[in-house]
Amino acid sequence: MTQLIKLAFRNLNRNRRRSILSALAVAMGLTLLLFIAAVLRGEIQGSLDTTIKLVSGDLQVRSSSYVEEKSSLKWADLVTNPDQVAAQIKTIPQVAEATPRLYATGILTVGNTSTGVKLLGIDPNSSASAPYANGMLSGTFLTPDDQSGILIGQPLADKLKVAVGNQIDLYANTSNGDVVQQSFTVRGVYSTHTPTLDESTVVLPLAKAQALTQTTNHASAIFILLKDRDQTDAVATAIATPGYQVLTWQSMNELVLQTEQLANAYMFIIYLIVLAVTATVIVNTLIMAVFERTREIGILAAIGMKGRRIMTLFLTEASMLAVGGIVFGLIFGWLICLYFEKFGIYVGNLGTTGFLLGDRIYALLNASDAVTLTLVALVVTLIASLYPAILAARLEPVEALHGK
Amino acid sequence: MEVAKVEKVTRTYKVGEVETQALRGIDLSIESGDFTALTGPSGSGKTTLLQLFGCLDQPTSGQVFINGKDVTHLNRDQRADLRKETLGFVFQFFALIPTLTAYENVEMPLLLKGVGADERRETVNRLLESVDLVDHANHRPDQLSGGQQQRVSVARALATHPSLVLADEPTANLDSENGRQVMEIMQNLNKETGVTFLFATHDPRVIKYAQKVVTLRDGLIVENNGNGKK
Repeated sequence: MTQLIKLAFRNLNRNRRRSILSALAVAMGLTLLLFIAAVLRGEIQGSLDTTIKLVSGDLQVRSSSYVEEKSSLKWADLVTNPDQVAAQIKTIPQVAEATPRLYATGILTVGNTSTGVKLLGIDPNSSASAPYANGMLSGTFLTPDDQSGILIGQPLADKLKVAVGNQIDLYANTSNGDVVQQSFTVRGVYSTHTPTLDESTVVLPLAKAQALTQTTNHASAIFILLKDRDQTDAVATAIATPGYQVLTWQSMNELVLQTEQLANAYMFIIYLIVLAVTATVIVNTLIMAVFERTREIGILAAIGMKGRRIMTLFLTEASMLAVGGIVFGLIFGWLICLYFEKFGIYVGNLGTTGFLLGDRIYALLNASDAVTLTLVALVVTLIASLYPAILAARLEPVEALHGK
Repeated sequence: MEVAKVEKVTRTYKVGEVETQALRGIDLSIESGDFTALTGPSGSGKTTLLQLFGCLDQPTSGQVFINGKDVTHLNRDQRADLRKETLGFVFQFFALIPTLTAYENVEMPLLLKGVGADERRETVNRLLESVDLVDHANHRPDQLSGGQQQRVSVARALATHPSLVLADEPTANLDSENGRQVMEIMQNLNKETGVTFLFATHDPRVIKYAQKVVTLRDGLIVENNGNGKK
């Protein structure tokens, strides 16, 4: 076996440039696979994290009659005494934060321009409001008792051409089905780097939002963040109470999770294409080697090397190419993923409406993807090299000796 | 003692629709210790006959015996084993593995046979000495002259103590001095170790080394001096 490995190594070394290029094909294939996997994984994971952080939370407690699509503001559909409920939930050790939120709809008017918006009432002091507080581009963040201030997302501010200090008119639905109008001062412009959200959401202090929509002492939901997301089901069970519905991040983000499954299916097809190209290069290289070395194969056969062993020799060469390519592919792939993990790829506003996508996709290479793809690349390369290896093993010594 | 024998062998090649009869029914027996030349013009069937003796090819009809055993219908692996255990080859072109040194080329059949490291080292060194190439043990074929390469081939052919060494035009690509050296080395090894040689050649300078000369023409033996069979 040692001799076989030595022989295989020297054979590869004989046409060094070709061997390096073939290994490079494997390396590039693997790099590409890792990159695609990391981007897709990062995109889904990023979308999920963003949605959980900004919109769904890990858990939400709502009134059992609340229907999300309707953004109902009827008292019967809302959580009563939300501060008290939130405080109670916060006593559960696994809960990092629980805060009431109010969701309403309205129309924003500036001069002659009007646009439909979502009203989000938040507790400015809650740690769950951090993404908005940290995303302030200009102006100041809200205070709980601000009666006339409003935050507006950057794309919306650009669209309506408003800036900090400007007045805007807001028409909002109320709990009894009326529409009220009130003027607000733009206190600040924020960006969560999530265009879909930022272009449609205005943020108010919870108390003001409640006053405006006539829902004082009520909230649409208690927004809950956990210390450890794996505890979701345990906490959901703990806080289950008659009259309330407890929604988990999985049930609130079904679309993202389904998209992930669909993406996995597409990814599989892309893997196949990349691997097929890589395998073709390997097959090509080895077939050329078989033709070039026909006479040598004849000599080895003449002095008694069996077909199986000749096959093993070629498979050993293929393995060396594969392993060399995989090592480089892992290094290249890892470095590229590391770069895009840190700096992301700017995609801007992709216009997704189903789920939130940041304006930058950050790659996310996980160990299980890396291991799976490495093994798949190795196996595919070896399977591809079977044909040339069998071709070599089946050469008749007499014909091979006369070959050139 | 009879080392190898063919009985009524024919070999027909078919290229497209055209059939060519390379051998038309040959009986030939090689005795232990023989130093036999197969001669005849190009296309007379020398190489084909040699390949049948070497179990590199199989006859269209007739039988091949090695050490008294009928090997005509052995499968590929069995023939490979037989070549490894009992036969040695020297080819017209210097059939060495280009990536291996002279030493490693001679060692290769021993590795295939599974010979232990000490015995391998001893055998390879002794053989390289017998072909006067100890100083070139670590040279690759492209660092050796044609004559030197052919001497490595001879050493390799003898590595596994074969019953029969088959040499196909062993001097055809050598100048006369190198050709003479190779023939003398083969002759000496034949005398010293008793190993049987069968070589194909049409070079009269080579034929003169042979104890026995078998002449082929158009796939038939036309003269067999010293073997008693025709």
